[in-house]
Amino acid sequence: MSAISELSTISRRKGKATAEEKKANGRDNKAAYIFLLPWLVGLVAITIGPMLMSLYLSFTDYNLLQPPEWVGLDNFTRMFSDARLHNSLGVTFTYVLVGVPLQLAVALLIALVLDKGLRGLPFYRSVFYLPSLLGGSVAVAILWKQIFGTTGLVNQVLAMFGVQGPGWISDPSTALSSIILLHVWTFGAPMIIFLAGLRQIPVMYYEAAKVDGATALQQFWKITMPMLSPIIFFNLVLQIIGSFQSFTQAFIVSGGSGGPSDSTMFFTLYLYQKGFGQFDMGYASAMAWFLLVIIGVFTAINFIASKYWVFYDD
Amino acid sequence: MTTKLETLPAPDKKTSGAGKPKNHRKLRESRGTLAFSRSQRNKALGKHAILILAGGLMIYPLLWMLVSSLRANELIFREPGLWLNSLEMSNYTDGWSALTHPFGHYMINSAIVVMGSILGNLVSCSMAAYAFARLQFTGKKLFFGIMLLTIMLPFHVIIVPQYILFSQIGWVNTFWPLIVPKLLATEAFFVFLMVQFIRGIPKDLDEAARIDGAGHPRIFLRVILPLMVPALATTTIFTFIWTWNDFFGALIYLTDPDMFTVPVALRAFVDSQSATSWGSLFAMSIVSLLPVFLVFLFGQRFLIKGIATTGIK
Repeated sequence: MSAISELSTISRRKGKATAEEKKANGRDNKAAYIFLLPWLVGLVAITIGPMLMSLYLSFTDYNLLQPPEWVGLDNFTRMFSDARLHNSLGVTFTYVLVGVPLQLAVALLIALVLDKGLRGLPFYRSVFYLPSLLGGSVAVAILWKQIFGTTGLVNQVLAMFGVQGPGWISDPSTALSSIILLHVWTFGAPMIIFLAGLRQIPVMYYEAAKVDGATALQQFWKITMPMLSPIIFFNLVLQIIGSFQSFTQAFIVSGGSGGPSDSTMFFTLYLYQKGFGQFDMGYASAMAWFLLVIIGVFTAINFIASKYWVFYDD
Repeated sequence: MTTKLETLPAPDKKTSGAGKPKNHRKLRESRGTLAFSRSQRNKALGKHAILILAGGLMIYPLLWMLVSSLRANELIFREPGLWLNSLEMSNYTDGWSALTHPFGHYMINSAIVVMGSILGNLVSCSMAAYAFARLQFTGKKLFFGIMLLTIMLPFHVIIVPQYILFSQIGWVNTFWPLIVPKLLATEAFFVFLMVQFIRGIPKDLDEAARIDGAGHPRIFLRVILPLMVPALATTTIFTFIWTWNDFFGALIYLTDPDMFTVPVALRAFVDSQSATSWGSLFAMSIVSLLPVFLVFLFGQRFLIKGIATTGIK
């Protein structure tokens, strides 16, 4: 169903060619490579080539004007002592580790409420889905900047109850929270995946559980959660990978600075400032590879942990 | 978790499993209408109340932005409601001409990039998908695995060398860096989406065409492409929305105001204006969201299907 489950089946079935594959072996090579040509060129020229190049650059000092100068591990040792980079890691981890579970929890909750044969499902689904299409835009980031500003919508509403709200975005202690909230606001896409998953759970399981006197809560923990766990898992993997790369919202809300006092300085924003603000391309490349390793480690942890909580029906 | 499930009477998997989704959906619906007791009705009402409240909260900021874009500037900072006393269209006329070029200029730029990207994705991704879904060739599994991995690859590990490459060819401040990668099927998500779709098309159709003497180009163009229109529609819509919203790419490659797409133009607007012109800023934000909203309105069937079958936003 998903890219992730495809990947895991590929690795599980490694080396076992199906009868059909053996029969047709080699027959379509020429046609296949012609059809694949644009993709192959893209893979080499746009993806793998630049990846290797950026790996090389991460060991150099390069500012676009002079040719790259080999500096060995300098960029990486610099990263060890770069306090702003450490801070940006903290900001990004907070965003990912708070934002992703929160967003998925809301998505699951709303999907559960929507699931059971409720009237008006298409309407509600659209309403909840719309923000996830708009959430990545500059326009919504602008809106967020106003809403959580000192005289923004949130504080106007609070004022009606006699509460004087802080300047959410100008206060370092709340700025990140308002961006996390923007992430949670876009829960519509995972919600739709959850809805599709809930549809796949045979209703007989619930009926049998009811006959046995299981409460709604028991049904949720013993039927819904195990049956839905593969879908929760790949939502988790994809959202974590995506959230580590978030950029636009923090950039617009902070005016590109990552402020106030670096409280919204996402790792990607710092990378952008280093690479395209100061043209410190070597350091930016090293940071990009560091990000790739972090994402890889998180994904690996996810896959390892999944053995203990993800339930496969097959 | 398996052991816990076993305490329940095991249903016959073949008749109740995922193979027959229509069947239990029907069951579920009948359960909803036949057994219609008062408590169930109250429960449904409660759910509607929760959903309306939650949905209202979700949409409120957007509605408020729309209403505020039609208000006098000073009201934006003290009117949290949605009530409009008069229509202030000046925000739109002011915003439209606030930057170097009229806002329509940036929308045309965005439209060019979007059209190029849609064309690129449709052609290159459908070709790759046909090969992966229908043809047998050496290295297929390896390539397919790589293709799936590139879906998850962070953009940042390639952006610096890509920028160097494109700037050396002299492509900075042209639309090529934003369009050419799409012509080369680098948005692997769509390749995967189309592979999934083609796998669902009966192979008998290919076989019949093959017996009639059709080669792969013909089978692809005459049999597969016409049948995969829904997948092409999903690709078109997602490409439209993602490309229209794309900020990072445009920020890096388009620095000349002549070439700005809508997101970078809006960003320039935020930077250039003091806090007093939120009205026109909101107005142009609404203008920039309008195409996405329209595409959502008319294409949501394909969007929802696309997410549900591939599991990616």
